[in-house]
Amino acid sequence: MAKNSDVPAIKQGKWAYTWHMMKTNKACYFMLLPFMVFFIIFTVAPVVMSLPMGFTNFNMIQTPKWVGLSNFYTLFVNDDVFLIAIRNTLIFAIFTGPFSYILSFLIAWLINEMNPFLKTFFTFVFYAPSMTTSVYVTWQLILSGDSYGYLNAVLLDLGIFTEPAQWLTDTKYILAVVIIVQLWMSMGAGFLAIRAGFQNIDKSMYEAGAIEGIKNRWQELFKITIPSMGPQLLFAAVMQISASFTVGVVGQSLVGLPSTDYAAHTIMNHATDYGNIRYEMGYSSAICFVLFAAMLLANKGVNWLLGKYLD
Amino acid sequence: MARKRKKKQSIEKLKVKDKRKRVNGSRAGDVTIFIFLLLLGVFMVFPLYYSVVQSLKPVEELFVFPPKLYVLNPTGNNFSDMFKVAASSWQVPLSRYIFNSFFITIVICAANLFVCCCAAFVLAKCKFPGNKVINQIIVIALLFASNATWIMQFMVMAKLHMIDTYFALILPSISTSMGLYLMRQSMSTIHDSMVEAAKVDGAGLFRICWQIIVPNSKPALMTLIIFAFQGAWNIQGGVLTYSEELKTLPTVVQQITMAGLARQGVTFAASVVLLIPPLTVFLIAQGNVMETMANSGMKD
Repeated sequence: MAKNSDVPAIKQGKWAYTWHMMKTNKACYFMLLPFMVFFIIFTVAPVVMSLPMGFTNFNMIQTPKWVGLSNFYTLFVNDDVFLIAIRNTLIFAIFTGPFSYILSFLIAWLINEMNPFLKTFFTFVFYAPSMTTSVYVTWQLILSGDSYGYLNAVLLDLGIFTEPAQWLTDTKYILAVVIIVQLWMSMGAGFLAIRAGFQNIDKSMYEAGAIEGIKNRWQELFKITIPSMGPQLLFAAVMQISASFTVGVVGQSLVGLPSTDYAAHTIMNHATDYGNIRYEMGYSSAICFVLFAAMLLANKGVNWLLGKYLD
Repeated sequence: MARKRKKKQSIEKLKVKDKRKRVNGSRAGDVTIFIFLLLLGVFMVFPLYYSVVQSLKPVEELFVFPPKLYVLNPTGNNFSDMFKVAASSWQVPLSRYIFNSFFITIVICAANLFVCCCAAFVLAKCKFPGNKVINQIIVIALLFASNATWIMQFMVMAKLHMIDTYFALILPSISTSMGLYLMRQSMSTIHDSMVEAAKVDGAGLFRICWQIIVPNSKPALMTLIIFAFQGAWNIQGGVLTYSEELKTLPTVVQQITMAGLARQGVTFAASVVLLIPPLTVFLIAQGNVMETMANSGMKD
């Protein structure tokens, strides 16, 4: 109110009004400043600088050469492996995207029905795989292709298989194996955020709900819990989208890069292949560019869906 | 009025009847859920459990076939071997790597919490020109994954003369779009009237943020601590630092475990050691996620 003397500025048009609002809200910009400084230097600047690389031919040694859209042309027309990668990424995205999103939510909800000690315990159990960085060794032991691989040993013992299966190199199994390990690791950021979201719900809402005639857990879930968790659900959705479209690291350390016949080759693997192994940074950037566009689209779609449901 | 009193009475009746404070849901349902979670949990935690078991096994037991899911004679040899390997391989003592890791982790966590909470509060609760645009940029940054950004990041840091200093490890991890977005989403569920009440009482933005909004977003804050700690703890210098004195524990552990299956015991011991600090933080933070009543006193 003290700024009333500046109000005439409003009449001078949109820009003057904006400037006036900016001055009144100076404090907001000060609060934002520390974050924005580091964010712009270390995130925005590198991203903006790397965007044009998709239109160049850059091998890290010579200066980039502008080639226009030829990278994208090659990608969609001449690169057969890329088409395989798109197919695989979509398969992964369906499993580790919607499927694992709903699973995270359901498990977070079920955990929330327990008492405080069990809540912490189960949250730990389900989040544990995301905390470890070097558990691939265990999976390698379990899935090892000879008869000493634990899974093979069990299946041979039970007489289900007569000879050991090559879990990590046989194209029949690779995709399924990587999906399972990926799912196993997928109770990550989104899951924890949803868990935290449950804690934020006002408990008196449930009491009020009980009086209004809500009889069981399911009604409670759909009538009270989900509608009051919109923001956390959106956060989890973004995390899930970025996780499911960029799958690749798990497969890379489990079945190698490239995997047999590119059976588990994803777009991200393709980008790593060209970027970090062949040093064709221009082409690799073009691949990432396409991936980024796909993720933005998916995010728009999910936002639209969730927004429709939550309002 | 009469109806209100009646409501109150029925709430009290409900509370007396159900000592577990649950309004809905049966005992049988609880047990079913528990059993379901337990079964799924075994699958989730098995590889982790198994690495702990393997790390405690003496050499004679490590390669026994069929493998045992428990240890007969637990030993700390793998752990001491790991320290021996680390101590004999490089000129810098292991304690230096441990110090590095803890140092950068603590600095990053503190700075990350501070900048993210400040920015998230403003973005969630204040209207000012640019608010929407910044929100959009944050989401886009969350989705952007590129293999090429690291080169540019390297070039930026080289320009700022930060290569091979602690700054190269610390500064890029301070502003995380994920942390900001997480806090923003959680803060946006808090009632605006709380902020307004504080404003009327004469509190400045900074005070409103740290004394009212942040304490009321405790679950999200604890989650952010977990993410920040985990992210910072796993930082490997990579191309950004090459001096031995600046390397972090994960980098060294990675070097030790290069031998793969041949040094199985040590590999598992290393992964267990690396897991202990984030695990401790996780358990403390999760235990701290109290059932905050964010909007209590704001009934309207």
